[in-house]
Amino acid sequence: MTLPLFIEQMFNGVQLGLMLFLMAVGVTLVFGIMRIINLAHGSMFMLGGYALVSAVAATGSMLAALPLALAAAVGVAVVVEILVLRPLYTRGPLDQVLATFGLTLFFNELVIVIWGREPLSLDIPRLLAGHVEIMPGVFYPIYRLAITAVAIVLGGLLYLLITRTRVGALIRAGSEKREMVAALGVNIGLLYTLVFAIGAGLAAVAGMMTGPLLSIESGNGDPILILTLVVIVIGGLGSVRGALVGGLLVGLFDTFSRVLVPKIFGLNASSALVGMAVYVLMAAVLIYSRTGLFNASRG
Amino acid sequence: MSPALLEAAGLRKNFGALCATDDVSLAIRAGEVHALIGPNGAGKTTLVGQLTGELAPDAGVVRFAGRDITGLSTAERARLGLARTFQISSVFHSFSAAGNVALAVQATRPHSFRFWTRADRIDELRRPAYRLLDQLGLSGRSEVVAAGLSHGEHRQLELAMALAGHPAMLLLDEPMAGLGSEETQAMTALMEQLKSRTTILLIEHDMDVVFSLADRISVLVAGRIIVTGTPDEIRAHPEVRAAYLGEDDDA
Amino acid sequence: MKRVSFSRRAALLVVLIAAAVAVPALGETYYTRFATQIAIYGLAALSVDLLLGYAGLITFGQAALFGVGAYAAGILTVAGVTSAFVVWPAAMLVAMAFALVIGVLSLRTSGFQFIMVTLAFAQMVYYGGQSLRAYGGDNGFILPRRNDLGGLLDLGNHVAFYYVVLGLLLAVLYLASRIVHSQFGMVIRGGRDNERRLAAIGFPPFRYRLAAFTIAGGIAGLAGALIANHAMFVSPALMSWQMSGELLAMVILGSAGTLVGPIFGAAIYLLFAQVLSDYTDHWMLFFGPLLVARVLFVREGVWGVIVRAVGGPAAAPPPLDWAAEAPGAHAESPAAGGP
Repeated sequence: MTLPLFIEQMFNGVQLGLMLFLMAVGVTLVFGIMRIINLAHGSMFMLGGYALVSAVAATGSMLAALPLALAAAVGVAVVVEILVLRPLYTRGPLDQVLATFGLTLFFNELVIVIWGREPLSLDIPRLLAGHVEIMPGVFYPIYRLAITAVAIVLGGLLYLLITRTRVGALIRAGSEKREMVAALGVNIGLLYTLVFAIGAGLAAVAGMMTGPLLSIESGNGDPILILTLVVIVIGGLGSVRGALVGGLLVGLFDTFSRVLVPKIFGLNASSALVGMAVYVLMAAVLIYSRTGLFNASRG
Repeated sequence: MSPALLEAAGLRKNFGALCATDDVSLAIRAGEVHALIGPNGAGKTTLVGQLTGELAPDAGVVRFAGRDITGLSTAERARLGLARTFQISSVFHSFSAAGNVALAVQATRPHSFRFWTRADRIDELRRPAYRLLDQLGLSGRSEVVAAGLSHGEHRQLELAMALAGHPAMLLLDEPMAGLGSEETQAMTALMEQLKSRTTILLIEHDMDVVFSLADRISVLVAGRIIVTGTPDEIRAHPEVRAAYLGEDDDA
Repeated sequence: MKRVSFSRRAALLVVLIAAAVAVPALGETYYTRFATQIAIYGLAALSVDLLLGYAGLITFGQAALFGVGAYAAGILTVAGVTSAFVVWPAAMLVAMAFALVIGVLSLRTSGFQFIMVTLAFAQMVYYGGQSLRAYGGDNGFILPRRNDLGGLLDLGNHVAFYYVVLGLLLAVLYLASRIVHSQFGMVIRGGRDNERRLAAIGFPPFRYRLAAFTIAGGIAGLAGALIANHAMFVSPALMSWQMSGELLAMVILGSAGTLVGPIFGAAIYLLFAQVLSDYTDHWMLFFGPLLVARVLFVREGVWGVIVRAVGGPAAAPPPLDWAAEAPGAHAESPAAGGP
């Protein structure tokens, strides 16, 4: 493997890892606070992309479209939280997975009804098109650097939110002692909705940012959701730190295995093994520790 | 002096900065009733967890009949003859009372990989189960689904399940918890009968019960055993009086 | 009292079996084929119920074993091995092998983690199926012919095939009911109720659950072999997580923990899909919310309702609930259960 290739894959891996982190944070926070597993999280990713396509078509400008699309996606998330998730907080895992599974089926069909079956595409904004020479002889797409930067900024903002604000303190307290937070007189319902909205918003942003890179079609959030769940299993349910470490691990592992496995095993066996690499990693982590790398209480 | 049946040596367990078990050593002699008392938060639950195999100690050894069981799972320890009851009744809620005890009897068999015969028709399971229910005064309620039993009946069922395997040692975790005075007397009488059959480690808050049943008492305060002795010795011990006896509940 | 209700349920089952047997008499190939499909998916859903209703294991990955059975049967048939007496047991064995591996890795976890891990491993199998370029990749492949019973019956005949499938379904149903009432079944159900207590009396939960997981995998594999024969077509969609979710949905629609319920659930699900899709291509738009509504508002499945109406004893054990994990205990959760 040449150095330029290595550097390029390194960047790709980190970028994928940060996208997965944005997705995983939502799921893991929601689980940590509300003890609910939300399989419809992939739908938020999908809706983010679709909303952006429509917003761009409506406003003509990516800059104007972004907040619009985000608002729309978060709006849908809030409605979902109020209507479907609230009754589920006191239910067991079976009810939760089935109800959120039903939501996924619904949303996957809804986007077909509204936008049709043909996959949609988003153009990379002209400002961010093109490549930049990050190292002598190594050219990397500006757009990918941009979204990586955005993900880092978002991660930083989230960190500040959780560690420096009152809301963040409530979130941290809520993940350890739900009853106490309620006893403090805080409006638990509002806190839950807020946490859910943050998680959904991050997923929508991930969907919007990767929109130009992947195709926007019904069900495109499903494989992302599953990868997200792998990240969470590896990182530890309820741990934000785990979401970051797990995300980066999975992102790097997946990216490098796609490049290295064909080289090592030859082209024929490659496609089956390549997709499996991440799951082998998950299996290995499980054997090492069945609760993942990080304990939730330290998340 | 009889040999120790259950021994703990140098047990240590930390949860972050909290030291829940601080160098605990304990020796339960075969045939005795050994009580473990201590104020709330002393670390009894953590200690029990390490004895039964649900918690792994950070340091120290647990020995049963001379054998090191520190690395054994809860199920393995149960099969060696260390039975327990739970502080909060822990039964199979969709099974009947008889079903609960029958399953405990079934656990004494080498394995349960038998897929054909209906379990509730097997005499070798039924007879011991009904006999145990009878001994514990639950015969009339044997077919009631466990979820429908009263709290006192749950405590009796717990004991029946623990006895199913003719255990060498019984670890009773607050068996009187939540019982009224009549029920407590009945349970105490039962335990008197058990004294001759098996060794007992009794964790209890009810001081009257402890002093009437125990041969020896260990006092656990803030994760450490501060003294082990006969009931008289404990009653007179100044540290114990200060730390604990001042806050006992009336029976 | 117990006697009366038992014979009432038995009578109900006899009526249902008679109705199932009579379907081909209606004369329409369409009905026979539809009933065959219901029976096969009912079999797959039954395998999920063994885990869900009896072992308390919520698996979002049973479709992997269903699909593996289908692929095994399809690949063997394409390769020239066509005797059902060889292919169908082989499919079961392959599925059981997969179940064993997945089970060893997944059963170390519990609760929410178990759901995610089974989902992830199933997805891995799905990707594996997609990557089989020799067998159509994502598009799947066609079976040249159905398996044969060595001249006993022509399985190409829809009625004959239906009766074979029905017979297998009833046989598995009987065997499963023996298993859940056996000593093994008691351990499994005890583990569902209270894993901590199960260990405390001396049962190591892992090995019993692994056995249950493997057995259920075998049943799903058989269903897979049958669907491969029924549709004469095999594709990775059979192994998708959507399929796993649909199997779970069938179980709760019909009543978990009843073995018969899931078969009802499969019938309801497939009928719904058929009727709704006659009206609109976008029937999932309605089915999704319907599933949500069922979960949120209705507390038991169809079979439970039917049995109660007929006057039998309560059809199923109490609904699965993890009240100890949720904020505020659920009204229906039993009082007992460790902290």
